[in-house]
Amino acid sequence: MTSSMEQLYQQVILDHARDPHGRGLVDGPADAVAGESHQVNPTCGDEVTLRVALGTRGTVPVVEGVSWEGQGCSISQASVSVLTDLVTGQDLRQVDEVAETFRALMHTRGAGLDEEREDALGDATAFTGVAKYPARIKCALLGWAALKDAIAKTGVAVPATASAAATTTEEPA
Amino acid sequence: MTETMLSAGELAAVRADFPLLARTLRDGKPLVYLDSGATSQKPDVVLDAEQDFYAQRNAAVHRGAHQLAEEATEAFEHAREQVASFVGADVGEVVWTTNATAGLNLVAYAMSNATAGRGGEAARRFALAPGDEIVVTEAEHHANLVPWQELAARTGAVVRWVGVDDDGRLRTDELAHVVTDRTRVLAFTHASNVTGAVTDVAPFVARARAVGALTVLDACQSVPHLPVDLHALGVDFAVFSGHKMLGPTGVGALYGRRELLEAMPPVATGGSMVEVVTMQSTTYAPPPQRFEAGTQMVAQAIGMGAAAAYLAELGMDAVAAHEAALAAELLDAVASVPHVRVLGPTDTRDRLATVSFVVDGVHAHDVGQVLDDAGVAVRVGHHCAQPLHRRFGVAATARASASVYTTSQEIAVFREALTGVRAFFGWDR
Ligand SMILES: Cc1ncc(COP(=O)(O)O)c(C=O)c1O
Repeated sequence: MTSSMEQLYQQVILDHARDPHGRGLVDGPADAVAGESHQVNPTCGDEVTLRVALGTRGTVPVVEGVSWEGQGCSISQASVSVLTDLVTGQDLRQVDEVAETFRALMHTRGAGLDEEREDALGDATAFTGVAKYPARIKCALLGWAALKDAIAKTGVAVPATASAAATTTEEPA
Repeated sequence: MTETMLSAGELAAVRADFPLLARTLRDGKPLVYLDSGATSQKPDVVLDAEQDFYAQRNAAVHRGAHQLAEEATEAFEHAREQVASFVGADVGEVVWTTNATAGLNLVAYAMSNATAGRGGEAARRFALAPGDEIVVTEAEHHANLVPWQELAARTGAVVRWVGVDDDGRLRTDELAHVVTDRTRVLAFTHASNVTGAVTDVAPFVARARAVGALTVLDACQSVPHLPVDLHALGVDFAVFSGHKMLGPTGVGALYGRRELLEAMPPVATGGSMVEVVTMQSTTYAPPPQRFEAGTQMVAQAIGMGAAAAYLAELGMDAVAAHEAALAAELLDAVASVPHVRVLGPTDTRDRLATVSFVVDGVHAHDVGQVLDDAGVAVRVGHHCAQPLHRRFGVAATARASASVYTTSQEIAVFREALTGVRAFFGWDR
């Protein structure tokens, strides 16, 4: 196996793919606001249905739970699993930031981000090698697209704080 | 190796005609191209034909009286003859299209236009009424399914289909009840781009004739790999693409029986397809020009003609025999690896060297990635045949497909790489 293959399929990814977290759609707490999204990658038929349950911490909306059902390659399945761990318990502003950081990582062609930004990604930095394979970036982003859409469907707005505006970067074209 | 394959010398000579086959991939690995079902590589004669046209003969065809225009027109029409004779058709029965998909859409939209009254009395045979039936098969490429769904939606016709058996073969036995007196079109594949199964065309044509339905054959996967004689097959229409038969992209052909093309109304209209144009109305050119509106893909057509001539020179019996041996080797390769399941016939009778498969526990994309790492190019996904994949309960497969330039050594590399797939993903350790 070449080293780029080993970078692509890091052990973290293989582990998440074989034993994914958050798989199996569940209803969130009764007082939570729910949103659901179904996303398909038309080129390969990979699918994910992701459900998000939002609560509040003080006045800030937070992700209380993520659950999902899907089928697809190890990259797409591991990515949703990692996402589940990353965003559960986070407030929507943090979720927005981590999602943007992950998207930025996918545009680095495998070079990775600076250390500080990568720290925020936890296990998701394992996807750095995916960015070397243009055909697989879509796989890694499928779950993130579903998360964004599911949150939008809840109708709960992401609080636009000064810090969010300062740390959110535009996705490169 | 079996005695029906091209000899080592013959095969080396064929491969030397394809410059791309000599290139290497990441880390200097040799290319093992097993994705000819998606698109084939091109021999020098095709590349040279296009180059020569632009360098020596480029001019607008079918207009102008200067010498270049004459030479360009002659080269363009000569290519039509090469393609027509390659598939057993008359030259006036071959319409240039951009690809097979465009050819299928052309027939479907012509029927739509006939339904709207265009083409007058002669075109009534193409008109559909609500409740009429269009029959396809569950094995179709989306190109031979979606245009018919759209035609049905525009006309009130109903789409029905012939199923596929567990081996991936068309359920010919269903023709008797699926094709009825209401059936106006029977559109079916000559060879599946997923299962590799080759259709026995005769019962389809016989059943369609018995009920007065038009037959439309998707010959995209058969023309590059098997001897095809459209007159002998007796179908009404057929389509195929240049890029899958060693020719360029951007060109394909629609075959229509002369009498049908003559009666069929045009789809795209404008320049080059008319007789007399007044401010009030227009009369149309006879086929095939009636269906070739606007400036044509002249260089590509000439390239497709050169590809047909190249294959004819090799001899399609020899090509088919070589590929039959490769089919056996491919089937043998996948059968030798545990936990690999084939979608399609596992016997070599009436099948192409196109083998789609799933590896238990490993998604097709991941299979393709491991093979790619060994320099082996296969296609992964649903191959534009979602209903067929659904029929087998899978979303995606990996597909290895060979062509005349494929070698036994390449299949051995594929087998070796496939052997390592499950272990890489942590199975069987
Ligand atoms: C059986 C079959 N039909 C139709 C098509 C469509 O061909 P094209 O994309 O060249 O129009 C293909 C190619 O993928 C095919 O394999």
